Amino acid sequence: MLDAIGVASIDDLFTDVPEAARLDGLIDLPTRQTELQVERAMSAMASRNVAASHAPFFVGAGAYKHHVPATVDHLIQRSEFLTAYTPYQPEISQGTLQTLFEFQTQVALLTGMDVANASMYDGSTACAEAVMMAARVTRRTKAVMAGSVHPHYVEASKTLAKYSDVAITVTDAAPADLDAVIAEIDDTTACVVVQTPDIFGRLHDLREISRIAHEKGALVIAVFTEAVSLGLVEAPGHMGADIAVGEGQSIGVGLNFGGPYVGLFACKDDRRFIRQMPGRLAGETVDADGRRGYVLTLSTREQHIRRDKATSNICTNSGLCALAWTIHMTLLGEKGLTTLARLNHETACELADALGSIPGVEVVNDSFFNEFTLLLPKNADQVVNELAHVGVLGGVPASRLYPGRFENYLIVAATETNTPEDIAVFAKALAGVL
Amino acid sequence: MGMNTQGRPTRMAENIATGGYADTISGSRGLDQAEPLIFERGDMDRCGVDLPDPKGLKTRLGGQERKAPIGLPGLAEPETMRHYVRLSRKNYAIDLGLYPLGSCTMKHNPRLNEKIARLPGFADVHPLQPAATVQGAYQLMGELAHWLMTLTNMPAVALSPKAGAHGEFCGMMAIRAKLDADGQTGRRRILVPESAHGTNPATAVQCGFTVDEIPADKTGRVDMEAFKAKLGDDVAGIMLTNPNTCGLFERDIREIADLIHEAGGYFYCDGANFNAIVGRVRPGDLGVDAMHINLHKTFSTPHGGGGPGSGPTVLSEALAPFAPVPYVVETAKGGWEMVEHMDDAEGDPFGRMAAFHGQMGMFTRALTYMMSHGSDGLKQVAEDAVLNANYIQARLKHVMTPAFDGTCMHEALFDDRFLKDTGVTTLDFAKAMIDEGYHPMTMYFPLVVHGAMLIEPTETESMSGLDRFIEVLEALATAAKDGDKDRFLAAPVHAPTKRLDETRAARQPVLRWTAPTDTVEAAE
Repeated sequence: MLDAIGVASIDDLFTDVPEAARLDGLIDLPTRQTELQVERAMSAMASRNVAASHAPFFVGAGAYKHHVPATVDHLIQRSEFLTAYTPYQPEISQGTLQTLFEFQTQVALLTGMDVANASMYDGSTACAEAVMMAARVTRRTKAVMAGSVHPHYVEASKTLAKYSDVAITVTDAAPADLDAVIAEIDDTTACVVVQTPDIFGRLHDLREISRIAHEKGALVIAVFTEAVSLGLVEAPGHMGADIAVGEGQSIGVGLNFGGPYVGLFACKDDRRFIRQMPGRLAGETVDADGRRGYVLTLSTREQHIRRDKATSNICTNSGLCALAWTIHMTLLGEKGLTTLARLNHETACELADALGSIPGVEVVNDSFFNEFTLLLPKNADQVVNELAHVGVLGGVPASRLYPGRFENYLIVAATETNTPEDIAVFAKALAGVL
Repeated sequence: MGMNTQGRPTRMAENIATGGYADTISGSRGLDQAEPLIFERGDMDRCGVDLPDPKGLKTRLGGQERKAPIGLPGLAEPETMRHYVRLSRKNYAIDLGLYPLGSCTMKHNPRLNEKIARLPGFADVHPLQPAATVQGAYQLMGELAHWLMTLTNMPAVALSPKAGAHGEFCGMMAIRAKLDADGQTGRRRILVPESAHGTNPATAVQCGFTVDEIPADKTGRVDMEAFKAKLGDDVAGIMLTNPNTCGLFERDIREIADLIHEAGGYFYCDGANFNAIVGRVRPGDLGVDAMHINLHKTFSTPHGGGGPGSGPTVLSEALAPFAPVPYVVETAKGGWEMVEHMDDAEGDPFGRMAAFHGQMGMFTRALTYMMSHGSDGLKQVAEDAVLNANYIQARLKHVMTPAFDGTCMHEALFDDRFLKDTGVTTLDFAKAMIDEGYHPMTMYFPLVVHGAMLIEPTETESMSGLDRFIEVLEALATAAKDGDKDRFLAAPVHAPTKRLDETRAARQPVLRWTAPTDTVEAAE
């Protein structure tokens, strides 16, 4: 090969590298290892973690443990899906493109919106992009976020907006209603951002805030972190939301210690909106024989065409997680999703009854889907650590998300994976550490 | 939707309307099976998941129950399996053949990585579990950080960016934060070569900068005179890909770094092409201030049809204090802890980039790849990638036209001069490759070269595999020159679809399925 190239050695192919930066030997890291050696080392690291399935598990706050059917993981490991690139050559990418088109339709149906994109990195970045999109659509600069939106979503939005002309106002986290958000809406407001179920698990009716926001020319961005909830509770699109964004992790994806997940992004079918959408879109068309097929479309919004005038810098999104999501959703269908949602809610009701009956423990929520907040008679962070010590993963202390605040509040989630025994063990352990 | 099976013309029309072929009754052709949308196959009562019956407890939803059906179709498990397996067969993939997409780095994805990522201790762990229950996850992040910092000779790394463009955003935010902290509020201009990925200018604007393009010189590298002329006290920095998107190492990179630093700016290096130099050259030795590393390129995490990616970003001493939260630190007792909040950080973080701690599933795969290869194997990765690209360039330069003279790095860039007066465009040439069983190269990028064809074979390909590929391209180039235009203009004819009408898709956007109004039933 070197002869064909006309050089004497590999080193001759690296002569453009400045001499001072050429390394003599190997970088100071371990040399190659066999498959068995690597597996051993990685397994040792994995064994230092407590897996969710190995303990009574009630942790949520934006990521939820659900059962993922075996079919899903098998299918996403098909080589043709796993090892394909972004479908830039549509004639040999119809598999990816059709599944994305189906994904977009399912997301639109689930959220009650008209159209959806082909996924974002995760729920938090989808939320941040929605805020920026609303500012472009309305040509306004003020965004009002409810304090009960997941604090990581608020922080990600603030980061994306930091050096733009968009200013984000965040209302206080504690009150259960959206009055503080409504009070902030004025003629300069581009959007209000509200989450339901919110970070404390409370459900919100968005119709009133939508009416008021729309009167002032502001858009409503509805956020959700638990997609399964939409099998039972009203969809954002049916309550006046203009953009719905959320985390799709709970359908098909798994916990994965926080990533990769899949951001869902849907909006109204309005030219102004679609032109300002971030991310990729699959669209229907025909081939030279008139047969139906799919392509990536409306890419004049995107960075590879529009460069410094693009709607977002996003390129790679979350294709394989979107595939897992759409496969799981296809297996569920309407019947499965609504049943799954009801099972989650019922398990949470039973958990609330079990924990709420412990002396000194109060369930704060008036309403919830599969997650709610407890007020404890002692520091929740300490409680969670003591529970872990006895083998129970018992929720997220609110202070982990709101440092220095809500120190006795504990956010707990229940899903279809929790058994009556799990609940009994949790209740007993909680009573024991209080 | 009622199927009218009464006559062939209607069936043909129905086949075509749902993506099938017109010349068979079923719309399928042997193993090339027609597959309608799930919305045309499933129904709302069908379910492929076993679930117990709910108890019918009174709800506590505060009156927020959904009022109307959602409209989601379901499929039984075997139907689901067939739907997606059939669709998968309409995709090209690296496991099926050479995938020479320049700049995208389609290399083999070792399945050990998949196995490790699925260990319950990694896959089935929640990001907000108590620290004591996730020490292995924190350790993994710490070890990955160590490998990345050592391979780049950089003092800090932010692991949380979710893809390459997100990593660019991280690095540029750090630069912006540093400039602001130093009172350099007049520095808002970012220099970006014309050959840059589109993400670079888009990212710079997201950080409140303006973009000033630098032309390329005749050798495909930064035009140093133009670059020097653009320096000034309003310059915030430069975003430079190295090796650049023409597949060339920027020979003057140290001088570029020195000049931008002397001018008071910072050097952002787009690390998309780090796979060409990993193990052989450390970006920290080149004067880089920030660089993202695409774990889904250099370190082989699968592309998955468009993600997920992961874009850890290494930072210089000057920028490290502005790194985003969260990050892991090793404690005095040999354990690990996560710094999650700005107030708890030692430096002055510019913020948080996303929820939780980053793409853990990609971290496990990438670290598995790194440990499998080691410092020696990673060096060989770079060397083999560069060797393979040069072999292609050398063997094809007599029939195709390399955009620039001399050897290249990990990708070979051709322009369309060899197609002059043939009536065949770069697009046509690419589509003809599909008929030959290959995925085309990157087309029309970088923009600085006319009709660009950017070929990146990666280290994955053997010499015999490259020889077959080269023979095909040689024959196609010859065919184009010999006037066999029809072969190209009609292509592809052997793919699951013929050429798709992208103009129509953009002019009349159909972005979702909607229920058809059933005219047959309405008429009855």
